[in-house]
Amino acid sequence: MTYKILNTRAPRVDAIDKVTGRAQYTDDLSRPGQLYCAILHSPIAHGRILNIDTSKAESLPGVKAVITGKDTGTIKYGVSPARYDETILCLDKVRYIGDEIAAVAAIDKDTALDAINLIDVEFEELPYVLDGIEAMKEGAPQLHEKYKRNICAKVNWNFGDVKSVEKDADVVRTDKLTSQMQDGAFIEPQAILAEVDGSGRLTMYSSTQAPHYIQRTLAMALEIPLEKVRVIKPAVGGGFGPKASCSTAELVTCKLAMITGKPVKMTFDREQVFLHSRARHQFFHTMTTGVKKDGTILFLKHNCILDGGAYASFGIATVYYAGSLLGGPYRLKHMDYDGYRVVTNKPTSGAQRGHGAVHARALFEMQLDLIAKELGMDPIELRLKNVMGAGETTCNELYMSSLGMRECLEAVRDKSGWAEIYKLKKTKRGNNNHKARGIGAACGFFVSGAGYPIYRSQTYHATVVTRISETGGFAIVESGAADIGQGSDTVLAMITAEVLGISLNEVKVKSGDSDLSVDLGAYSSRTTLMAGHACKEAAEACRDKILSSVAKRVNAKQTDLYIEEGLVRSRKGEVDFSGIREEFLQEHVGFTDHPTDEYLTFREAARIAFMEHGSIVGTGKYKPPKLGGSFKGATVGTSPAFGCSAQIAEVEVDLETGEVDVKKITGSHDCGFAINRTQVEGQMQGSMSMGLGEALMEEIMFDNKGSVLNRNLAEYKIPTSLDMPQLDSIIIETNEPNGPFGAKEVGEGAIMPVIPAILNAIRDATGVQITELPAKPERIVEGMKKKK
Amino acid sequence: MKRIIHLKVNGLDHEIAVEPRRTLAEALRIDLGLTGTRIGCSIGDCGACTVLIDGVPSFSCLTLAVEAEGHEILTIEGVADGNKLHPVQEAFVEVGAIQCGFCTPGMVLSTLALLDYNPDPTEDEIRRALSGNLCRCTGYQKIIDAVKDAARRMKELS
Repeated sequence: MTYKILNTRAPRVDAIDKVTGRAQYTDDLSRPGQLYCAILHSPIAHGRILNIDTSKAESLPGVKAVITGKDTGTIKYGVSPARYDETILCLDKVRYIGDEIAAVAAIDKDTALDAINLIDVEFEELPYVLDGIEAMKEGAPQLHEKYKRNICAKVNWNFGDVKSVEKDADVVRTDKLTSQMQDGAFIEPQAILAEVDGSGRLTMYSSTQAPHYIQRTLAMALEIPLEKVRVIKPAVGGGFGPKASCSTAELVTCKLAMITGKPVKMTFDREQVFLHSRARHQFFHTMTTGVKKDGTILFLKHNCILDGGAYASFGIATVYYAGSLLGGPYRLKHMDYDGYRVVTNKPTSGAQRGHGAVHARALFEMQLDLIAKELGMDPIELRLKNVMGAGETTCNELYMSSLGMRECLEAVRDKSGWAEIYKLKKTKRGNNNHKARGIGAACGFFVSGAGYPIYRSQTYHATVVTRISETGGFAIVESGAADIGQGSDTVLAMITAEVLGISLNEVKVKSGDSDLSVDLGAYSSRTTLMAGHACKEAAEACRDKILSSVAKRVNAKQTDLYIEEGLVRSRKGEVDFSGIREEFLQEHVGFTDHPTDEYLTFREAARIAFMEHGSIVGTGKYKPPKLGGSFKGATVGTSPAFGCSAQIAEVEVDLETGEVDVKKITGSHDCGFAINRTQVEGQMQGSMSMGLGEALMEEIMFDNKGSVLNRNLAEYKIPTSLDMPQLDSIIIETNEPNGPFGAKEVGEGAIMPVIPAILNAIRDATGVQITELPAKPERIVEGMKKKK
Repeated sequence: MKRIIHLKVNGLDHEIAVEPRRTLAEALRIDLGLTGTRIGCSIGDCGACTVLIDGVPSFSCLTLAVEAEGHEILTIEGVADGNKLHPVQEAFVEVGAIQCGFCTPGMVLSTLALLDYNPDPTEDEIRRALSGNLCRCTGYQKIIDAVKDAARRMKELS
């Protein structure tokens, strides 16, 4: 099948607005007479609130409202309904430095901040716990009554029968990997603008990834009907997961708008981004893997503790993902998993690119390399021996409707020149006394959309309404899908243009608005597949209505007609369109853009259809089929499709300083079918950079009181252009049967192999096996010292 | 106490009243409505607020509005010629150097300054010139590719 629009490198539909500065992000919006919101954050990690005195703040000129937990109520909210454990503002207790105690609306930002400083809070300080392992011990300070030993979720899975095959393994290894809490480090801080209209309806503009979930949470927590809440997502400057959950800032800004009757605005400063966090957890992984002499992977025993900070947030899904996504992409029949998601007195962790699975993947892929070494096998050969293919099902019942894992691995092996580099003795790899080169490979896979919504419901996951303009020639796609920079608007526009046979600039996408359609949001790499399906169906409905009207007028069979490059053509020879043209021209008197083409234009056809039916509207919808097994937690990790990736990293390690210079990353990703080739590469390359940061430099640091020490982008290091190497990205297409046009995810799967590929390359260069991330110079130097 | 200052932005003179502590970024965004200058950190770490002051890339969040008086300021709104994109902008669009777009204005302005100073930069020089502009989406690969492409386009024009 050849396409005119799909599979090309069409520029993003929002590129010109973004490159000229015209694009509007939430902080760019303002309203006459708007108030500014500021939040009082807890200065202590754990304490009982004895008294809050807001009187001085309230009497400060310019302050319009001050609210505390007394005003916002006792309703609990969160992400997973079974673990709702947050209130809008703290009621009796604060649980981390940054927890939200009170909020102010004032005529400007300075006044709001001054008012915050005038609020007196009396605390009874409580013992606190900052370490996830300590938090699980008897007698540790307890954060929430309902989480005994601070465990807010526990998973115990046994797939296959590990015990029965343990004795058959020729190599058994146990290894550990600990990571640090991370930050999303999107460049746009969270921003919110809330206003209430004359009918009492609340509209909130927010830099969110999930307008639909936020709309629900606002309605539930603020106790207003769902219909009275509208959430709009303007342009968003990156999200990567942390912007997917509803925040106190969103809730109090809305509450203050409701109380004052004025528009209220709030933009996080960078410190607040770190305090609110909701980014990647700290993971403590232990894995025991058994493999036969010939390289066949036999079993995996996996234990993981997730330190999640003060509240549950997305953490329940995170602890499940950390286990379930090791079911593939290798044939692994026996897998045990014990996972614990723990609360501590630190900012809350949540979902971040590669949700839950990134560090589990890192340790497992490191183990595969160590095992290959013990067996004297090439690590890529070991992987190729075990990779699954399309049609296979994992031990935890994930079905691979397509899976180009083998193709991905072979592609990076061949492109990177692996065979030559790997076989060369170290001395020949340009080593000198000071520097050593190494190369490492790894794989990974990821869901292409969660199989189930976060709340229990039979809802469609995505709906789309497409309308053809009444003058013809222009399609308007309305969708709740959230383009947070990944390019989903462009994907929807390209699908619509392809189906309708028109050009990309004849499609206008309106999106990210809860009034437009239901779409669960930008998370779990779901948008291209799910909104893509709905969008395709909506466009097809419009096309069919148009062609049916034309067919009637020209006495042709509808199935013989098609639209290509803006022209209606027939598969069965010439058709006389002159009657339609004449009618169109009569409708079009006074304009200069008369159609002169030899064929009927889309514009004429759409106008004729309008004359018959009125507005031409097509609707589309998508929800996944019933997926997954019957065991507890089987729904997490299910997906209509799975993307997969392989990468090879080449590094140079300074043997004196321990500094790692990543020289090159060669990556491949099976996205099923690339709707937009440039955007697929963009997702792969962005994943590589986030993974490189996590491998080498990113960590949230705390003092011994639980305060984040590095709350800025200078001390929380993310890769700069100087840290990033050349990135080669290879697109693998396997035509996913459950995806629109064969497409599936790329946004998150591509991060999976980065960390282990780099860590395997470091070990190849230095012999040092990293057991704690990030692989900072001091850890590598320490490792080299131990080896001597 | 507010002070009356004159700012020359994108070739136009503006008279505004600002507190002495108002940053140039705030003055551009709030007083002049030029919201294309983004604020990502307010402390000079991320580079999203980069503007050119007399042709030199500068963090407008670390520059006071009063300091900018008497200097030529170029923001992203002044880069295109009406609806005609600058070759640097064309390259960013066509190569795919834009994802969320929040760093894009700063990246474009840093690129303009680089190519003005060095029309034929090496990859290393490009990486160095953009190292004060953080991007979390692209891994910088397509941004670097776009700068190379922009240099080519500008050479063809000159």
